[in-house]
Amino acid sequence: MAALTDLTIAELTAVLAQKKASAIEVADAHLKKLDEHRALNAFITETPDKARAMAKASDSRRARGEAGLLEGVPLAIKDLFCTEGVQTTAASHILKGFVPPYESTVTANLWKAGAVMVGKTNLDEFAMGSSNMTSHFGGVENPWKRKGDNRKLVPGGSSGGSAAAVAAYMVPGSTGTDTGGSIRQPASFCGIVGLKPTYGRCSRWGVVAFASSLDQPGPLTRTVEDSALLLQGMAGHDPKDSTSAPLAVPDFAAAARNPDIKGLRIGIPKEYRVDGTSPEITALWEEGIEMMKAAGAVPVEVSLPHTKYALPAYYIVAPAECSSNLARYDGVRFGLRVPGKDLIDMYQNTRGAGFGKETRRRILIGTYVLSAGYYDAYYKKAQQIRALIARDFKQAFEKCDVLLTPTAPTAAFAAGEKMDDPVTMYLNDMFTIPASMAGLPGISVPAGLDKDGLPLGLQIIGRAFDEETMLRAAAALEKAAAFAARPAGY
Amino acid sequence: MSLDKDTVSRIARLARLKVADEELAPLAGELSGIFAWIEQLNEVDTSNVEPLSSVSDVTLPMRADTVTDGGIAAKILANAPGGAVYIDPADKNAGGFFTVPKVVE
Repeated sequence: MAALTDLTIAELTAVLAQKKASAIEVADAHLKKLDEHRALNAFITETPDKARAMAKASDSRRARGEAGLLEGVPLAIKDLFCTEGVQTTAASHILKGFVPPYESTVTANLWKAGAVMVGKTNLDEFAMGSSNMTSHFGGVENPWKRKGDNRKLVPGGSSGGSAAAVAAYMVPGSTGTDTGGSIRQPASFCGIVGLKPTYGRCSRWGVVAFASSLDQPGPLTRTVEDSALLLQGMAGHDPKDSTSAPLAVPDFAAAARNPDIKGLRIGIPKEYRVDGTSPEITALWEEGIEMMKAAGAVPVEVSLPHTKYALPAYYIVAPAECSSNLARYDGVRFGLRVPGKDLIDMYQNTRGAGFGKETRRRILIGTYVLSAGYYDAYYKKAQQIRALIARDFKQAFEKCDVLLTPTAPTAAFAAGEKMDDPVTMYLNDMFTIPASMAGLPGISVPAGLDKDGLPLGLQIIGRAFDEETMLRAAAALEKAAAFAARPAGY
Repeated sequence: MSLDKDTVSRIARLARLKVADEELAPLAGELSGIFAWIEQLNEVDTSNVEPLSSVSDVTLPMRADTVTDGGIAAKILANAPGGAVYIDPADKNAGGFFTVPKVVE
């Protein structure tokens, strides 16, 4: 049998069901990997004791014949999900010392399905970033390196720790959150699968809020089938989140096991052919189209005319919601407090010391665009653009069933590159943000390596609440691309 | 749209963020760059376009107006950064207070 840490979630559940290994053995094998690869800085908090206790409980449940969907599967949780009794930081200094007295709905669902938590992963502060460089706890290192170049590369962001942990075989799966690409872009940078569900598919309750109309939890795994399994464990209606969709959870795994796409219409949005995209990514996209065609799908050119405006509109909407959401960090009820001469001074000192540079930048942008006299010119305008973006997708989906695009305009870059100008960094999310603005599901599938030996992903975007068709197409792409590379040394 | 130091200082005050004086000018430059890039939105004619505030089609659900939670004051106060004061230290769930600097003389 292969090493336990090399197995996928689907394989692990089979091994556990056949009693070839216990949940304790599986947990220990993965905890050992956390030890070995601590230098990647993928985790903010490791929870080995909790993992062993949960694994022990999992073995007892299995012995009683009560095994759940993810029984005994070790997972890493993005440190944006509140976990009862385990410190939750959002990678920010301002949440210093915060230990949630409650569990997020998504993680509670996973524990109910039998999963085991090994730790909380690093991220960009409050999930604001595309490189993991804005974390108060230091950046995460991507397990991949350019051939013949020893420089450390970023894992992408904001779910960078979650992506690196899966790519380095420390865990078979992890949770992330995606506001503008924070699951899909790091998945592409780390050569793994990352799925952002339809807005409303997974509950946001207990997830530290960034931009509430965009935030959506989702899985990061090494295979499409595993993403489907994990999503099945995470999803479901939650009365505690008023935007959670009152829909039953479909059998996502069954969809992922059926890569039959004969006759499926694959939309190719012409506006995604933009300057600044690496020629290798454009070539890979063409290959992807050919692969889908060879599998029996029908490529259709479609138009999403407002694509180029999605990114600037996002940088009004997301900071506006961020400035409102982050108003709660005032040093009164939880987290950091920096004393001041009066109450206002205490607020200002606390927030001045507690937030990092990028978070502060976005709070200021958001405060400005919502301030008197500017609301219509910025916020309302951005919401109108958002309506046009959603309409573009609706019209495109009259002609096709899913869309195929690149996930990110480049492969992983080195720590420190692209740091000089915020707008350059924002461009990383140019292909993921439009679907976020429309609330649509998207999945990044590793499809090839560039000339430097770095992984590149392709994105499939589905109709709202049609993750099943998206998963079917993703499984077909995965099968055709047959991506089998792994980072050297992991 | 270009932001000057005074504007950044005003927004920072609105956002209750202490920003050191020497950081105001570089921040004004960065924010001006971002807003200059955002200006391209003005190319789009949005007259008669209804703003989209949420992508979820569901109407907000109603529920019965009843108490669904409570009796957890100790949990709520557990993270108080200034320490909490309890009405009855022997029964923390009986209620208590967050503490802040003196507001009224």
